[in-house]
Amino acid sequence: MNNSNEKIEEVFKGIAASPGIVFGEVYFFTKHTPRIEEKNISSQNIENEITKFEHAIKRSEVELLKIQTLTEQKIGKSNANIFEAQILILNDAILFKTICELIKRTKKNAEYIVNLEITKYQQLMLSSADEYMRERAHDVEDVKNRLIRNIQQEKLISRFKNNTIVMSETLTPADTVLFSRNNILGVVTETGGTTSHAALIARSLRIPAVLGAKGICNSIKNSDEIILDGNRGVIILNPTKETKKNYHARQKEFEKFERRLEKLRDLPAVTLDDFEIGLSSNIEFVEEIDYIHSQGSHGIGLYRSEGVLIGQDIIPSEEEQFNAYKAIADKTFPFSVIMRTFDIGGDKVVDEHVKEENPFLGFRGVRVSLASEKFFTTQLRAILRASTRKNISILLPMISSLEEVRESKRILEKTKDDLKNENIPFDEKIKIGVMIEVPSAALLAREISAEVDFLSIGTNDLVQYLLAVDRGNENIGNIYQELHPAVLRTIHFVISEAHKAGKKVGICGELGANPLATLPLLGFGLDEFSVNPAMLPEVKKIIRSITMQDAKRVALKVLELSDTNDIKNYLKEELHKVVPDIPIND
Amino acid sequence: MIEKTITIMNRAGLHTRPAATLVKLAASFKSEFYIFKDGMNINGKSIIGVMTLAAEQGSTLALKFEGEDEVVASNAICEFFEKGFNEQL
Repeated sequence: MNNSNEKIEEVFKGIAASPGIVFGEVYFFTKHTPRIEEKNISSQNIENEITKFEHAIKRSEVELLKIQTLTEQKIGKSNANIFEAQILILNDAILFKTICELIKRTKKNAEYIVNLEITKYQQLMLSSADEYMRERAHDVEDVKNRLIRNIQQEKLISRFKNNTIVMSETLTPADTVLFSRNNILGVVTETGGTTSHAALIARSLRIPAVLGAKGICNSIKNSDEIILDGNRGVIILNPTKETKKNYHARQKEFEKFERRLEKLRDLPAVTLDDFEIGLSSNIEFVEEIDYIHSQGSHGIGLYRSEGVLIGQDIIPSEEEQFNAYKAIADKTFPFSVIMRTFDIGGDKVVDEHVKEENPFLGFRGVRVSLASEKFFTTQLRAILRASTRKNISILLPMISSLEEVRESKRILEKTKDDLKNENIPFDEKIKIGVMIEVPSAALLAREISAEVDFLSIGTNDLVQYLLAVDRGNENIGNIYQELHPAVLRTIHFVISEAHKAGKKVGICGELGANPLATLPLLGFGLDEFSVNPAMLPEVKKIIRSITMQDAKRVALKVLELSDTNDIKNYLKEELHKVVPDIPIND
Repeated sequence: MIEKTITIMNRAGLHTRPAATLVKLAASFKSEFYIFKDGMNINGKSIIGVMTLAAEQGSTLALKFEGEDEVVASNAICEFFEKGFNEQL
């Protein structure tokens, strides 16, 4: 593309998934695929070939156990189950016997036979219509390549080169965990968004990341020099001197800004005119709680209970769920936690047996829970049993009608009665709330509030349903506009309606962490912000820099504007007046 | 030789966890144990083989036991299938 002498600066856009600005060389992360040669073995060397194979199995098992332990430490035990299948395959006695016999009979080298034999299974799995099965095929491929590499006695090359920006098509949770071992400057991927696991882990490990940068793998080569701007989701290839200077200044500004934010940790989220605002975090794993405490979070405004399903083949039992929820509640105490019941379906853990034309409009969230009272009751019992410290609230996802709210409440009351009859203690006054993310629920905000204790606006889905745009579809990503006038007016409506019923409203989508939205949201009367913990100090800083009076003025003005760009420009202007040094995403 | 036909009972199907238990159970018997599904013939003592079956809830498998303890083996293994691998049905 470019002559090496005259490199041209190029800019790529992706999603700002984890904040920070870094400069560095690109290191392309690709899966190790070994070269396999077919060799004939003399009869006296056959035993030697089999010994090599045996050693490779042992070595591979040691490696896998190491990754499994590391995963457990970094992101929790349940996530480490993804390696269980691979370890089981290594210990498959029949497979072992078959391979040894084939080596003896055909007098071929071990890696050739291993490849031949395991690929057979792999292909059978790949041809399956079942999503779960095709995933298992990747496990089989991983374990096969690991075995072959160990037969060839090649060392496991450190999969990431130190002090580089790692670039990849996609990253699995396991790949992301391996970051923590090396000094990775940043992460860039072609697919994935802010809610993917790679993004989540990058943020908790504080690694700047730009994800979903379309076309980047074809345009950038190993060792290319780039700048990664995780604040704005920008990658710059071959930056000119001028650009570098510019970004060095931005980097310094950002670091200064971060240091100033650190000082805010123990200060309350109050406006200049003394209005205290709830400020909490969104989390998925118990391991994130230390981090949110260190960020000065007042509890958890959204615990995504799907975290307990990751790496699991089946829905965990009541006891397993109870242990997970209890750990969350205990670690969060004295603050409280809002636990969202399983929001499976859509882009999250899907039952492999249900294939849908339109998953986002399909069987997901509370619809799944209400379809199986036993499944729903199991989770409710586990949550209730974990509520003895009285610091848990329940949140229902994907509510689209009043009937769903009433039916959920009926099941909750029945579950409470059962526990009472069994003399099992729980918080009898446990609060229940509804997530407002479907436009129909937004329009029914007053009636829904009257039925429950609080509302929480899930902006990611609300924006997607309101604007009829799939946030995962890269072709229309630019239509997904959080600051669309219809979105802001809907949020204003929901807050006003809930307040009429005397109920509080929180926000738990990404919009809550968008610095441009803080002023209008406060002005609308929002009671609580629950944000990605990495963004928390920034939101706090804005809250502490403004008066409620100003926020109300901005909110009123924004409701009059009807063009997204006008809204953005106006909000940028207003924000800069109060917090001049804040980095803003374009 | 004993031949039996069974149906997968549990919701999640013959996934990794029950497959591992099944293989372990089969290995505790001397008899050969084979599973037939959709023209595939799999050694029931091999985890990679059993995983490949992708047997979901409601699918039917033919089982074959052959060896000195085939009666005990077939009873134990069929019971494991009938109980839905002791999982949620």
